[in-house]
Amino acid sequence: MTAMKTTILCAATLACGAALAEEVRDYRAEAIAMMKRDFKTRGIATADRVHEDGLQAICNRTSDHPPKAIAERLERDQMESIKYPPDGKLMGDWKAGEKLAQSGRGMTWSDKAGVPGGGNCYNCHQIGPQETSFGTIGPSLYQFGKLRGNTPDVQKYAYGKIYNAKAFNLCSAMPRFGHAGALTESQIKDLVALLLDPQSPVNSK
Amino acid sequence: MKQRLSTLMAAAVMTAAFAVQAQQPMKKAPPPAKAAAPAKAKDGITAEFEKFREVLEEDNPAELFEAKGEDIWKHKKGPDGASMAQCDLGLGAGVVKGAYVQMPRYFADVGQVMDAERRIVHCMVKYLGYKEEDIRKQPFSNDSKTPDHVSVITYVAAQSRNMKIAVPQKHPKEIETFRIGREIFDYRAGPYDFSCATCHGSDGMRIRTQDLPNLRKPAEAIRAYQGWPGYRMTGGFMLTQQWRMNDCFRQQRFPEPAYLSDSITALLTYMTATANGQVYKGPGIKR
Amino acid sequence: MADPMKIRAQMQGDTADIRVLMSHPMETGQRKDPQGKVVPAHHIQSITATVAGKLVLDGQIGAAVSRNPVFGFKVKGVKAGDKVVITWVDNKGDKRTDEATIG
Repeated sequence: MTAMKTTILCAATLACGAALAEEVRDYRAEAIAMMKRDFKTRGIATADRVHEDGLQAICNRTSDHPPKAIAERLERDQMESIKYPPDGKLMGDWKAGEKLAQSGRGMTWSDKAGVPGGGNCYNCHQIGPQETSFGTIGPSLYQFGKLRGNTPDVQKYAYGKIYNAKAFNLCSAMPRFGHAGALTESQIKDLVALLLDPQSPVNSK
Repeated sequence: MKQRLSTLMAAAVMTAAFAVQAQQPMKKAPPPAKAAAPAKAKDGITAEFEKFREVLEEDNPAELFEAKGEDIWKHKKGPDGASMAQCDLGLGAGVVKGAYVQMPRYFADVGQVMDAERRIVHCMVKYLGYKEEDIRKQPFSNDSKTPDHVSVITYVAAQSRNMKIAVPQKHPKEIETFRIGREIFDYRAGPYDFSCATCHGSDGMRIRTQDLPNLRKPAEAIRAYQGWPGYRMTGGFMLTQQWRMNDCFRQQRFPEPAYLSDSITALLTYMTATANGQVYKGPGIKR
Repeated sequence: MADPMKIRAQMQGDTADIRVLMSHPMETGQRKDPQGKVVPAHHIQSITATVAGKLVLDGQIGAAVSRNPVFGFKVKGVKAGDKVVITWVDNKGDKRTDEATIG
């Protein structure tokens, strides 16, 4: 009873409230609650996007450095969720891939439902040598196929990486394009071709 | 007569240059011969624009909005005769000088932290009789209208030109708001798994050719603040920091943050307080 | 009623540097609104400037000039304290006159 009174009294004065709060407050939880209140559906960007999924939560809680054991387990889960094309063909048309790589569209509230998005690739990566306007958040992919060849294993790796980069590096900055439904199977195939087709400018000398 | 002709010519050259640069959509740089070379260099358009911006900063059309905002601040009366002279931006009723660089801050009359835009709108509703729901209908400028509150923000911001950012971090609510803002900055979610920090949390990164400031660092955090509110040449209207935050979340593939919401105030508190001590140059100009 | 101009006029040696910021939509007549309807042309057509009552500039501009244009020119043979008067007229017949003193 006395303890309770003290708490109430204490909370009633601001300075005291802050001192108490210092030890117990979870600013992350408060931030999430606040965002859930403030963020609203607009167009295709629905309000539920502000909820973190399990993987995002682990990365958020560990500042993108999850303990190794957890990371490995979750990477395995992500890997298992990758859907490879049933026909086994992983390479599409590199020219279509280049167009996709250029496009930064998709999944914003100003994008229309049902209109295919782009790959956003040049936003972060150097890719074809002719395009000088490229970002540096991700590594350069110039000569990607030239350095690795295009054996079935390499194709599978490239497809999987675009489909779900988190299967290879749990808290990678790269979106999970297939997993999120941001790119279709045939779009990913075209991007694989852009990276691996010997005719693609990515692999030119 | 000869003199008159030469003045005319000089003027004509200037406007012509203006027209070409301002109205054509910026095109991508022409592809140079080699791939590796441009990795570090800014592209030609960016460099050209920087030169152009320097020339324009002296005659920034933002001044037109500043003048309009000043007029509203000084002369407009609310339905019961109140005016913005009663508005306390944190430094006392009616004090505008230096107020912009000292917000967000805690305001005792409302018991919460408000950023500059939120506070100014609050005052315009309270004293000048603007309706909050009308402001919310068009919070941001477009090419047919720059709303009054945006002009007032431009005026208030200009009154902090060349002053150091000094966002207070004393009141417990100010400290709390900063901490929540930092969490929002780091929060990954949405279909692309992006947070603010995905692009603005490390050094030396670019999207396409656009340099990305690391907003965790004071010297770079100023870059999220500098130039806002800004006159956007494509379209010819003023955009505010609230707009900038809104558009960041759009590109982050998030849902839309409500205008003047707590989340945006928190984020602005984190980002602005991180830039404390840096000098604000006043309303800017953007392409 | 159009918003006021901002005029700066400053002597630099024997020359006055005059810069005018005008508030005007400067619609080209070629732009479409979100509904696809053409936005009618609405732009400044002529600008005149007098210094101390003497016409020093009489210019015509058109749709190629950007919104809220800046107009700068230099005039010799004037002095600090002279009054600068700028007038623009647009294609709808709207006009605006503002003045400043050379500093």
